[in-house]
Amino acid sequence: MRYLPLTPTDRSEMLATIGVDTVDDLFRDVPEGVLNAEIAGLPAHASEMAVERHMKKLAAKNLSAADAPFFLGAGAYRHHVPASVDHLIQRGEFLTAYTPYQPEIAQGTLQVLFEFQTQVARLFGTDIANASMYDGSTACWEAIAMAARITRRDGVVIGPIHPHYLSTAKTMAKFTKDEIRELSPALIADAGDDAMIAMIDEATSCVVVQYPDILGRIPDLARIADAAHDKGALLVAVVTEPVALGLLESPGSLGADIVVGEGQSLGVGLNFGGPYLGLFGAREKYTRQMPGRLCGETVDADGKRGFVLTLSTREQHIRREKATSNICTNSGLCALAFSIHMTLLGGAGLDKLSRINHARAVKAAGKLAAIDGVELVNEGGFFNEFTLRLVGQDSREVALRMAKRGILSGVALSRLYPDSPDLSEGLVVCVTETCSDEDMDALVSALAEELA
Amino acid sequence: MNAPNKSGWKPEMGEGGTGPAAKTASGDAGLALEEALIFELGGTGKCGVDFDEEPGDVSPSLAKFARKAPVDLPSLTEPEAVRHYTRLSRQNYAIDLGPFPLGSCTMKHNPRLNEAMARLPGFADIHPLQPMDTVQGAFEVIEQLANWLCKLTGMEAVAMSPKAGAHGELCGILAIRAALEARGDAREVILVPESAHGTNPATAAFAGYRVENIPATKDGRVNLQALRDRLGPDVAGVMITNPNTCGLFERDMKAISDAVHAAGGLVYCDGANFNAIVGKVRPGDLGVDAMHINLHKTFSTPHGGGGPGSGPVVLSELLAPFAPIPFVRRDEKGRLRMVEERGAKEHLPQTFGRMTAFHGQMGMFTRALTYMLSHGVDGLRQVAEDAVLNANYVLRSLEGDLDAPFADAGPCMHEALFSDDNLPEGFSTLDIAKGLIDEGFHPMTVYFPLVVHGAMLVEPTETESKAGLDRFIASMKSLTARAKAGDESLKSAPHYAPRRRLDETRAARKPVLTYKGEGVPPGTPSLSEIGGS
Repeated sequence: MRYLPLTPTDRSEMLATIGVDTVDDLFRDVPEGVLNAEIAGLPAHASEMAVERHMKKLAAKNLSAADAPFFLGAGAYRHHVPASVDHLIQRGEFLTAYTPYQPEIAQGTLQVLFEFQTQVARLFGTDIANASMYDGSTACWEAIAMAARITRRDGVVIGPIHPHYLSTAKTMAKFTKDEIRELSPALIADAGDDAMIAMIDEATSCVVVQYPDILGRIPDLARIADAAHDKGALLVAVVTEPVALGLLESPGSLGADIVVGEGQSLGVGLNFGGPYLGLFGAREKYTRQMPGRLCGETVDADGKRGFVLTLSTREQHIRREKATSNICTNSGLCALAFSIHMTLLGGAGLDKLSRINHARAVKAAGKLAAIDGVELVNEGGFFNEFTLRLVGQDSREVALRMAKRGILSGVALSRLYPDSPDLSEGLVVCVTETCSDEDMDALVSALAEELA
Repeated sequence: MNAPNKSGWKPEMGEGGTGPAAKTASGDAGLALEEALIFELGGTGKCGVDFDEEPGDVSPSLAKFARKAPVDLPSLTEPEAVRHYTRLSRQNYAIDLGPFPLGSCTMKHNPRLNEAMARLPGFADIHPLQPMDTVQGAFEVIEQLANWLCKLTGMEAVAMSPKAGAHGELCGILAIRAALEARGDAREVILVPESAHGTNPATAAFAGYRVENIPATKDGRVNLQALRDRLGPDVAGVMITNPNTCGLFERDMKAISDAVHAAGGLVYCDGANFNAIVGKVRPGDLGVDAMHINLHKTFSTPHGGGGPGSGPVVLSELLAPFAPIPFVRRDEKGRLRMVEERGAKEHLPQTFGRMTAFHGQMGMFTRALTYMLSHGVDGLRQVAEDAVLNANYVLRSLEGDLDAPFADAGPCMHEALFSDDNLPEGFSTLDIAKGLIDEGFHPMTVYFPLVVHGAMLVEPTETESKAGLDRFIASMKSLTARAKAGDESLKSAPHYAPRRRLDETRAARKPVLTYKGEGVPPGTPSLSEIGGS
């Protein structure tokens, strides 16, 4: 087999060295009847060519974004990723390395993490950032848990965040003491700042606000931060589209105490939902309450600058049941991809990319809102994503009919919120730099025909 | 492992040879290249990305939210960026460079076909919320992988969404909690062996359980009698790693499961070490109720310098009704459907809920399925056999040089455990580990498991050749001999790595977690001067 270097001769020589007759002698601790039980219904080994054929056949059953005008967002964004990003992350020294527990021979990974932490902190406007979490949704519930450790309170106010993030937080709350009160979105321009503020009280540990929110609206973080701080609560900002922060003021600078996000939109790609990249930043004074790995600067025995994983007394492999989180594996390679893409862009490139996204989204929203039976919800502004009300329609049905026309038109709120009939007319449309004018025209004319 | 370069430079040659090299003006030394931070290299007057259009003005409604200046981040052009990351990559050790016998981590070769298949646009360029009819192939990958995992483990169902091993542990423990609560008996305690991974107690604690240790026997296994004595109406379950972190098969596993079940508890198995038994032993036959599988260990998806992983959890018939959403099912017309919040009430009314956005680590699923199809069920059995053979070969080759605390009790599984007992006064496990770096190997796992003093846990994996193992064994023998001879230079190893030992105390005392140097210098050019092609 092409992945197994031992030859039959090697195997018999090694068994002789060990002093046993057969390899099954090495499995003698396994109870009889359990060892080598028949495993039926699985195929035998196959050549690279045969496996490739099988996988390509499966891939061909999917409609990829490249083959259709594509306008989906809602937590997963399609941006153009420079070719050099994928080339560099496939260097074996990055791809096939482990967590950098031996820093003398892992300075490549460690320096990347240090640069990544700095990039994320500057993007978020926070003092510090960690070396990544699994994804945005898990980073979000880790932030809620962290806020509870800091404030020693258990009330959680959650605004109109991605429903999968909310669902994840609610699952965790079943097993912790957190009491979640949420503000459900409505198909109106108002992002609900007042309603969120009214929900904060002295028992509130944190307010969780997505920026921009699930409908693409932009909450006034500074106002919410002030209201939260007045009651001794923390503001957790959630950013699912980091490109937005090329244009919008950073959450940290507006008063957020913890900022978490999904980093997929830079460098990583869609990948049908994973692996993605959890971003996690916070104020420096909360460093020791952070979950996940942190990379820090130090020197080696010769006085040369170097980097190590640090403050690991927060982590499970040292603190066991008293750890700040059970997380071990993170999303290192996705962090590398994000960091390379961000390095290619720089602040100026990100600024330009974000403005192009915004301008294209504004253009598309204008054309779509002109269709009979379509209303634009986001009158108060949006970045590259906005919500349409398809009057009298179930958005899931419309999205399916549009897909049959070869157009991936948006994310249906009736899929995301099956229990909220009030939202069933909502379609979240995202327009990035990858959407051409032709794509936009195709979307507009097809939607007009569908609704006619 | 590739053959050693016989004419190559060797440590015993000393620094001398043709005389010490002069310090270079650049700070580099031949192919040993130093690399500055992007914040020191990067400029603001350039950009590594070109755009086809000029950005428009910010719409008036957004103006009040707009930032006043671009984010303070430097840029590198493509040639500079490629060089920066390539130079950094050369400061990493990796499986692609040589043996990486890191116990409990299963650092096996990562086949490149996996990478190619995961990058097919039909997998890589699809959105998780596309209409389901447009992603039938992706659902089929999940369905096929789930089928492999259930069959290989002899379990009823599998939760595919957990993002990594520890996330999978949480999934299993939450399912156990939900099942116990459903019968009105949540219970308070999870029992965990002393030798367990740190994630086990951390996970149980997060799920609201109190953690108590189960003692071990002298031969490194769970003390069945002590476990039986502790079981009672307050014990929700146990978390057992099998094969365990001492590299041993828990031969009483079935009796452990039976005892736990008889006391009304449930059995979680940490499947981090599944590589030792894949295709040989089905954990379902041992009474396990839940077990996570690290696709990034047993099924060869790359570790990527710390992740991403993927941790599907196989579940027994008893726990299957409490699995998390989402999951894939076939409807009456044979179409594949992702059961999310919509449909959960109908198809999985007792689910404990959602653990993450979307559907799990699709990119890892395509890689793992590619790997399974390549090996087939026969090849996977050979994987386990070769992994165990390699570990036992290392164990028997080194037991005369290093203390191997459980070697007398019989064969090990996929990893060989040594202690620092035979090392002379003044020399530690750390010295052997750092010495291995100079020898051109990645060190083994050190100081874990905690039940053995100065533990050295060696997991060669099946993708190591006999020649590679022989070289590793020779290096280990040389290092222990140097320690026994009192070779002080070992205490300051490594000498030939990009860095010598790093000051971890300093890093933790006053943490520097972000670059604190100067930001974008004054005189930053306006945006119109940049990029644009």
